[in-house]
Amino acid sequence: MANPAPTTTVASLTRHDGWERFAADWSSDQRAFKTASWGKVMMWIFLLSDTFIFSCFLLSYMTVRMSTTVPWPNPSEVFALELGGKPVPLILIAIMTFILISSSGTMAMAVNYGYRRERRTTAALMLATAAFGASFVGMQAFEWTKLIREGVRPWGNPWGADQFGSSFFMITGFHGTHVTIGVIFLIIIARKVWRGDFDRERRGFFTSRKGRYENVEIMGLYWHFVDLVWVFIFALFYLW
Amino acid sequence: MAEVVADTVGSIGPAEVAEVELYHATSWLTKYVFCQDAKVIAIQYSVTAMAIGLVALVLSWLMRLQLAFPGTFSLIQSENYYQFITMHGMIMVIYLLTALFLGGFGNYLIPLMLGARDMAFPYVNMLSYWVYLLAVLVLVASFFAPGGPTGAGWTLYPPQAILSGTPGHEWGIILMLASLILFIIGFTMGGLNYVVTVLQCRTRGMTLMRMPLTVWGIFTATVMALLAFPALFVGCVMMLLDRLLGTSFFMPSIVQLGQQLSYSGGSPILFQHLFWFFGHPEVYIVALPAFGIVSDLISTHARKNIFGYRMMVWAIVGIGALSFVVWAHHMYISGMDPYFGFFFATTTLIIAVPTAIKVYNWVLTLWRGNIHLTVPMLFALGFIVTFVNGGLTGLFLGNVVVDVPLSATLFVVAHFHMVMGVAPIFVVFGGIYHWYPKVTGRMLDETLGKIHFWVTFLGAYAIFFPMHYLGLLGVPRRYYELGATAFIPPSAASLNVFITVAALIVGAAQLVFLFNLIWSLSKGRAPGGNPWGATTLEWQTPQTPPGHGNWGKELPVVYRWAYDYSVPGTERDFVPQNQPASAPTA
Ligand code: HEM
Ligand SMILES: [Cu+2]
Repeated sequence: MANPAPTTTVASLTRHDGWERFAADWSSDQRAFKTASWGKVMMWIFLLSDTFIFSCFLLSYMTVRMSTTVPWPNPSEVFALELGGKPVPLILIAIMTFILISSSGTMAMAVNYGYRRERRTTAALMLATAAFGASFVGMQAFEWTKLIREGVRPWGNPWGADQFGSSFFMITGFHGTHVTIGVIFLIIIARKVWRGDFDRERRGFFTSRKGRYENVEIMGLYWHFVDLVWVFIFALFYLW
Repeated sequence: MAEVVADTVGSIGPAEVAEVELYHATSWLTKYVFCQDAKVIAIQYSVTAMAIGLVALVLSWLMRLQLAFPGTFSLIQSENYYQFITMHGMIMVIYLLTALFLGGFGNYLIPLMLGARDMAFPYVNMLSYWVYLLAVLVLVASFFAPGGPTGAGWTLYPPQAILSGTPGHEWGIILMLASLILFIIGFTMGGLNYVVTVLQCRTRGMTLMRMPLTVWGIFTATVMALLAFPALFVGCVMMLLDRLLGTSFFMPSIVQLGQQLSYSGGSPILFQHLFWFFGHPEVYIVALPAFGIVSDLISTHARKNIFGYRMMVWAIVGIGALSFVVWAHHMYISGMDPYFGFFFATTTLIIAVPTAIKVYNWVLTLWRGNIHLTVPMLFALGFIVTFVNGGLTGLFLGNVVVDVPLSATLFVVAHFHMVMGVAPIFVVFGGIYHWYPKVTGRMLDETLGKIHFWVTFLGAYAIFFPMHYLGLLGVPRRYYELGATAFIPPSAASLNVFITVAALIVGAAQLVFLFNLIWSLSKGRAPGGNPWGATTLEWQTPQTPPGHGNWGKELPVVYRWAYDYSVPGTERDFVPQNQPASAPTA
């Protein structure tokens, strides 16, 4: 069938107002989001779903923290580091947060250079992001080790409610897994950018689909989300 | 409300959407096994779901036999009864209905009905099926694990779910939780595909408001599932930690057989909230696709446009949204604050409004339609009747004061079987009879189909109608035998025998259906591409069954909504969606 000539459009364009216009825009021909690619839409929806997962984790943590009758360990003491003989509260976590936020910066720059098709800069910035992420996970491992040495276990700890250790390990562990997965994919995509796979639309090993620069941006969405979630975990776990 | 939905006037813009990058299978393995074609994935999903559903059916026979003839079967001890109940409930709700509606019908119909070549991400779609299969295998493995499958009830309430008093506490519960987590991961991969495909990959002219209601139902259900499964996921993870690592998320201090367990300070109610924040939307995850499909069945087989299309769409979306704020109506007897109960009772009853709108619209669609009593139509009518029936008892149970004495009786069992067991299953059957000719190129046998329908329909009533009465008598749910009780008359036992006989007959009718499915594959009549004279795009494919990539060289272009049946002045009593307005027949 050849392109049929468009029939009258004016009537259908001027019909709506207010909410109806909103609904009409959304439900318009062929696609709902006119500027977003499929991959981006998929990532956004996945992140929405993931938001619900993190929300459920955090709400459950808040519930057990409020309903337990035993006192909750004091975060500014538990998460303190001995520096020069003096305990400095929350110092490690401050550094970790700083690193993760910085990694969002390098990621945003990588996306930008990706748009300009500057292959090497993009790849380098993604690797920098991955390095930040890896050091975040490393510090988290350090913090876990420290707490475990001090006797914190998922089923109990020396200072108060059992649920402290359980929710701490569960939630930071789940977030740490997200960061680790992110680091792995950052490295994979950085390698593809570096090799010029996206310029040549080389097909993926598993998917046999053409590679696109857009993957850098989709990766960025995920990475910023993981950072954003961290801010909530930080606030609810370490500052409450 | 003056609505002009059946607009054949409207701009058909140029193609904005790139076509799906198809994977051209080269070997038998990539064509039929590790296949990326949504149509094949749909069949894989459906066959797996029906196979595991058969297990759940057999379990229901065993439970019914035990209830009718307590003490006769040495193989069915009380522990086994709990295991059967749990596996039956969980399989039916999740592994059969959810997988079949979304993975089966969704995969087959979304791309075809929208005029797309495939799902947006065929590779991820394929992974979705394999993870689902893994989830099913893990679930089945629990039957063979030491201690057997879990007997915690399909709601898996802690603390009992993981304590040693519950059968299957050794391996069963671990495998169940692991299987659910896998299911959710697999579903998410598929679900992202369905949502993106509906939002972004429609063919030219296919606005959202021209989509068949089937797609609307599946789409909304998928969005809900993506937002509801997270709560179950989190609940499963936390319970798994409680069971394996000895954390106390859901476990309070407990003394068991005189021994203080190591748990302390957790909140069992938290699990109930997480479970039902998933569990109630789950009811609609199963119901909304059924709503959508049944609308299309009724419209097609009554040769009449659907009544109030716009209302139908908004009712689907409204029900989907509302169902996230009613979950605690499953927890009236958990000792919650009465004001909470008041809030949740109100929201629950508000859902009745859009639901009633849908029922009225179905009935008004039938009103003075040219009703063909084909097998799909029979099942659609059966759906309306049972759904209304179950919905009415739902109104009882939604009110706190009525629910408190009825909850945990067979009244509840009767209610949910009517509304989310029998009713959606009818739509599954109706849908299979309707689309089988598209999937295989052959009709299912009509006579066998009618036998299947009548036995199943009357049988379902024979099974579940008396259960309401037993529930009102106070017969408790999840009891493996009644024993001698003062308040239950001996006649309840005879009624139980009657129900069991009916259940076995209904079960036998399903075997007729299975036979029909297999027999017709080679022996059925070959009716051509559009046997029902339907308007939607899947019936307009160049080949039947649709070939690789669904359409020929050109994608179809959509000029009208999906319900142009019996339009005055047209040659045939239906106008396909891809027929231009200017064509001579219009
Ligand atoms: C011929 C069809 C069926 C029969 C004879 C049947 C029978 C039963 C029986 C006897 C029970 C246990 C009642 C009790 O002792 O508490 C039960 C529970 C249940 N059934 Fe069915 N059932 C059938 C179909 C279905 C379907 C299609 C669904 C899908 C939604 C379903 C979902 C459930 C659920 C969720 C439970 C509750 C399990 C629990 O209490 O943990 N059943 N069924
Ligand atoms: Cu509910």
